[in-house]
Amino acid sequence: MANSEASNVVEARGLLKLYGTQRAVDAIDLDIRRGEIFGLLGPNGAGKTTTILMMLGLTEISGGTVSVLGFDPVRQPLEVKRRVGYLPDAVGFYDHLTARENLRYTARLLDLPRRQTEARIEEALKSVNLADVIDKRVSTYSRGMRQRLGIAEIVMKKAEVAILDEPTSGLDPHATFELLEMIRRLKEAGVAVLLSSHLLDRVQSVCDRVALFNRGRIALIGTVVELANQVLGAGHPILVEASGIDVPAALGSVAGVQKVTQERAATWRVVADRDVRAAVAQRIVTSGGSLLRLDDLQPSLEEVYTAYFEQARNAA
Amino acid sequence: MPPSTTARRVAARREGSPFTGLGPVFMKEFSDHLSSARMMVLMLFVIAFGALPVGLSLQELRNVTESDPFLFLRIFTSAPQRVPFSFTASLTLVIPLLAIGLGFDSVNSEFNRRTLSRVLSQPIYRDALLLGKFLGGLATLTVALVALWLIVLGAGLLLLGIPPRGVEVARGLGFLVVAIAFGGVWLAIAMLFSVVFRSTATSALCALGVWLFFAILWPLVVPVLVLAVTPTNVAMGMGRLDETLAMIQMQSTLERFSPNTLFGEAVIGLLNPETRTLGPIIPSQMRGAIMGAPLPLDQSLLLIWPQVTGLIAAMIVVFAIAYVVFQREEVRA
Repeated sequence: MANSEASNVVEARGLLKLYGTQRAVDAIDLDIRRGEIFGLLGPNGAGKTTTILMMLGLTEISGGTVSVLGFDPVRQPLEVKRRVGYLPDAVGFYDHLTARENLRYTARLLDLPRRQTEARIEEALKSVNLADVIDKRVSTYSRGMRQRLGIAEIVMKKAEVAILDEPTSGLDPHATFELLEMIRRLKEAGVAVLLSSHLLDRVQSVCDRVALFNRGRIALIGTVVELANQVLGAGHPILVEASGIDVPAALGSVAGVQKVTQERAATWRVVADRDVRAAVAQRIVTSGGSLLRLDDLQPSLEEVYTAYFEQARNAA
Repeated sequence: MPPSTTARRVAARREGSPFTGLGPVFMKEFSDHLSSARMMVLMLFVIAFGALPVGLSLQELRNVTESDPFLFLRIFTSAPQRVPFSFTASLTLVIPLLAIGLGFDSVNSEFNRRTLSRVLSQPIYRDALLLGKFLGGLATLTVALVALWLIVLGAGLLLLGIPPRGVEVARGLGFLVVAIAFGGVWLAIAMLFSVVFRSTATSALCALGVWLFFAILWPLVVPVLVLAVTPTNVAMGMGRLDETLAMIQMQSTLERFSPNTLFGEAVIGLLNPETRTLGPIIPSQMRGAIMGAPLPLDQSLLLIWPQVTGLIAAMIVVFAIAYVVFQREEVRA
């Protein structure tokens, strides 16, 4: 077993999962640092959930190594599972039991000291705003409340790593917002969070780093900005809405501008090698045009995602 | 990576006891079963099926004037005139049903409720989950059967007005143990199907199918099978003694593949103390025997020992198969 550096909570090297001859996870390398929120992105069947299950020792590893908090999930799954909280995709609880009873069962499985159990359950449910329904049966819970109960389980467990599989899928915007708040709070408490998701803009708002999965491989890994630079090319995109002048002609000669493309009527997308907003504004005004809007376009994860898979499709 | 890596990893010893978490799983299953509506229905079913023959045979036994040293055991075994089956015969039907009712959805319902991966992500092995579920079901079964047994005993005390003798109680307890082992076999069968099939309906159907097969079809199929391989003159009863014996022995061997047969034979040996053998008797073996004289308890136990071990072995084998299948199963949807 590879000795983990103190800063990495998960280290995977050449991690491989075969289903028959199909490579569900194809020799990936992955490091997750202590205290960061790491996003796993990619289409369905790209190997995200399989990777997660291998980290937890819930499915066999076909090759390579993975260590979680310095433990080998193959040989020491109990040690790993004692320290890692897992919220599966569409988590289920025992409907005929209350939230308290469900967590009590988990606490027994964790072998928590009985004297602490009740206090920890109440504290955990309070932290996810479920304290007032603590003694209601889970069958009365909404989807969002079940997900929060799943987070409460991780809080009660005092996990060092939280692995969340599609935590926001199927939630309404408000519930999604609440859940992401709770994920941020986990991070503040020093928990490393690994989450997989399809909701790209949401992921972007919480993740420190992301990995883009494609057909069992990690296609890209890094911060959202790093990914954007790799996929969309370096540069500062801005959005210009102006009227009264020939905008491409006027902006083409501004120092640093590389490309001007029309987005829609009277709106152009300008890509430059630096922040050219001041120069662009000045040029439009001095050319006699009227500037209606000037936006700094943050690279969005969705754009990166779409562009990457378009490129991948074209390359294939 | 070469496949040898896989082999090495599988062979690598995992750390920690496989029984970590067994207690909580067991307690949860046990309390879930006892408080479930399903258990209520099953218990009503069992009591209804048990009460009818017991009630009727008690009425008849009250009129028995000759002295019978094992009067109490007759409550279990005598078939009253108005219903064609005894208490034990009805248990042969009802215990499997009870066990199937407790076990048919034990694993796949966790899967369908999506609780399986969450529970397995806690620090327990799958071993503990499956064994805890099995023991929880077995404990529930035990509670149900002990309750039933006490009801029968109590009814006997009230209506017959005489207390059972020690040896009768001992034989009755032996019967209880055999009944629990018998239920364990069917619980293991039901759990096997609950591991194999993701759909609870399919698993219930398969378990009930096996039950019907052994309850109805197998007793009909065995004679046909035996006749098919026996020479005609032997089948007609005109063969030599050893040939006829071989035929009968083959028949009972085949019949004993059914847990119902094993249970029936063990019950006869325990509750009818006069039973001297569970196979054919030839006149030379009866020389010196007093007809109808009861065997001492230890001799009866010796007689049914193979049946009891057979039941327990069947329970363990079926559970082991379920265990192997469960270990290989993927937890993801």
